[in-house]
Amino acid sequence: MLLGPALGVSAILFSIGVLGVLIRRSAIIIFMCVELMFNAVNLTFVALAQQLGPDGQVFVFFVMTVAAAEAAVGFAIIIAIYRHKETLDMQDLNLLRG
Amino acid sequence: MDMFVNLATPAGMSLAMLPEIVLTIAALALMLLAAWRHGGEEDQRLAGQVALFGLGLTMFVMWWLWLKGARPDGIAHMVTLDGFRYASSTILLLGAMLSVMLSLGYVGRERILTPEYYVLLLIATIGMLVMAAASDLIVVFMGLEIMSVCVYVLTGINRRSVFGAEAALKYFLLGAFASGFVIYGIALIYGATGSTNLTVIDLRTSNLELESHGMLLVGIGLLLIGFAFKVAAVPFHMWAPDVYDGAPTPITAFMAAGVKVAAFAALMRITVHALGGSIDAWQNAVWGLAVVTMLGGNLMALAQRHVKRMLAYSSIGHAGYLLTAVVSGTETGAAAFLFYAFAYTLVTLGAFGVLAAVGRNGERTVRIDDFAGLASKRPWTAFAMAVFMLSLLGFPGTAGFIGKWYVLSAAVESNQWTLGILLVVASVISAGYYLPVVMQMYMRPATTAEAHSDSAVLGAARWVVGGATTLLLLIGLLPSGLMNLARASTEDLKPGVQFTQQPAPSDQPMLSDED
Repeated sequence: MLLGPALGVSAILFSIGVLGVLIRRSAIIIFMCVELMFNAVNLTFVALAQQLGPDGQVFVFFVMTVAAAEAAVGFAIIIAIYRHKETLDMQDLNLLRG
Repeated sequence: MDMFVNLATPAGMSLAMLPEIVLTIAALALMLLAAWRHGGEEDQRLAGQVALFGLGLTMFVMWWLWLKGARPDGIAHMVTLDGFRYASSTILLLGAMLSVMLSLGYVGRERILTPEYYVLLLIATIGMLVMAAASDLIVVFMGLEIMSVCVYVLTGINRRSVFGAEAALKYFLLGAFASGFVIYGIALIYGATGSTNLTVIDLRTSNLELESHGMLLVGIGLLLIGFAFKVAAVPFHMWAPDVYDGAPTPITAFMAAGVKVAAFAALMRITVHALGGSIDAWQNAVWGLAVVTMLGGNLMALAQRHVKRMLAYSSIGHAGYLLTAVVSGTETGAAAFLFYAFAYTLVTLGAFGVLAAVGRNGERTVRIDDFAGLASKRPWTAFAMAVFMLSLLGFPGTAGFIGKWYVLSAAVESNQWTLGILLVVASVISAGYYLPVVMQMYMRPATTAEAHSDSAVLGAARWVVGGATTLLLLIGLLPSGLMNLARASTEDLKPGVQFTQQPAPSDQPMLSDED
């Protein structure tokens, strides 16, 4: 029951996340959009777990752990770049190009 | 005299994961050591030597399993034991060892005095080994993340460098973005087939004729996009030149060789093993990726004046050649991949090693013209660099030529004639930027009298450059032994249906399109 709508919602959430990454310019907002993508995947797993057994719910914990590890590393990197540049606007981070 | 390992028992699983366990213990021991000894250059050197020892021990354990002929008893849950895993793990461990050896001198020179450098390098290698071993999509994802998170940090490990920080941020954001695609693809494949195990996915897709199942197709597509980001295939490559440019040079070599080979090993296993039956669903997409990556990477490399960026674009081109091996979707393609990956790892580590030595005042700014006159001042370094460039180009007599030849024959064997022709065209284009380096070294005089006076390859890096040159020439002249090994290692990449157990751990009904 409700599998179709749940998968639909997670697909929409995932698309919002992808669009956000492509459109927004602040590193923190982009990272939040990536987190939104991960959580859309979690919703997919939980919805599928109704039909396919508890595996899907276990996978959610893996994805959450990965997202937490990425958040820890990601914010450390964001702080490092802010110390150098005093900005998090991706358009201003253009030392490397060519 | 094969040794059968029952992966359902804890003991069997521990045996199957023994190399990864050994390397984890080494990494943790090194972390403890770093907590006590993190004073200066001496301690950093000690940490590097311990890391090298840990990697060597892991290689030893991996070879022990390989010689024992360890095989999974029945269906491989989570991880598998086969020749492809042993061979690709050997390549990955070799790449990590050479990176550590390049780092030994480099970190002292660049004042990167954080012993975590080596800890992160070891943990990233664990992630790569897990990717090479995984027989379950979730394990592939976990390996991918263990590797990626460590490499994000390694990219920005030089905290005084603003280039490093910017490269790390770009790599992190796009890497996490790509991971989102990979895991969503896995979720949809799980939804369509009811399993994440590669063998079960293979059985279900071929038995139930799911080729036209929408959810499966979207899942495969997202998985491919995610992997295309990770291996820097055009048009998902835009992060790669910036990241390779900004990272410390040994880490750039580690990324260009190890990360790429690990991602390709997992992709190869997924496409040949799990998606071999639904080859029509993905072959054309990978074909297109391979073509634009080969041509695009090489054309963009033509426009580069800085050697580090040129090598970054060249590594994109090489991802295209490796994708050609994936397109064939056969064991021959996998064998060609193993051979190519071995040669590519050696040549990448060697070329970046020379670059680190020549660019004593910052490798980012070394231009192709700066190699002028190297042959008269530093004949051995110039000779090694010439071998690396010719091997990257695929010049006869070097390992790169044989690797390309096998990739080409794998493509032709699966009737991909157009792809084969385009591969040759791309190689011809690449001569336009590899040969100028050789010409500068041998045909132009040095710009100033004191040029190259301090660009000697020192310490352990000398072993890396010398060893890589020797091996490349040796394999180029006598490739048959290594090729037979690669062929033998890939024979059981797609295990036949000879197991007796029930294939599915869960026997829930398939999803239909309606609900």
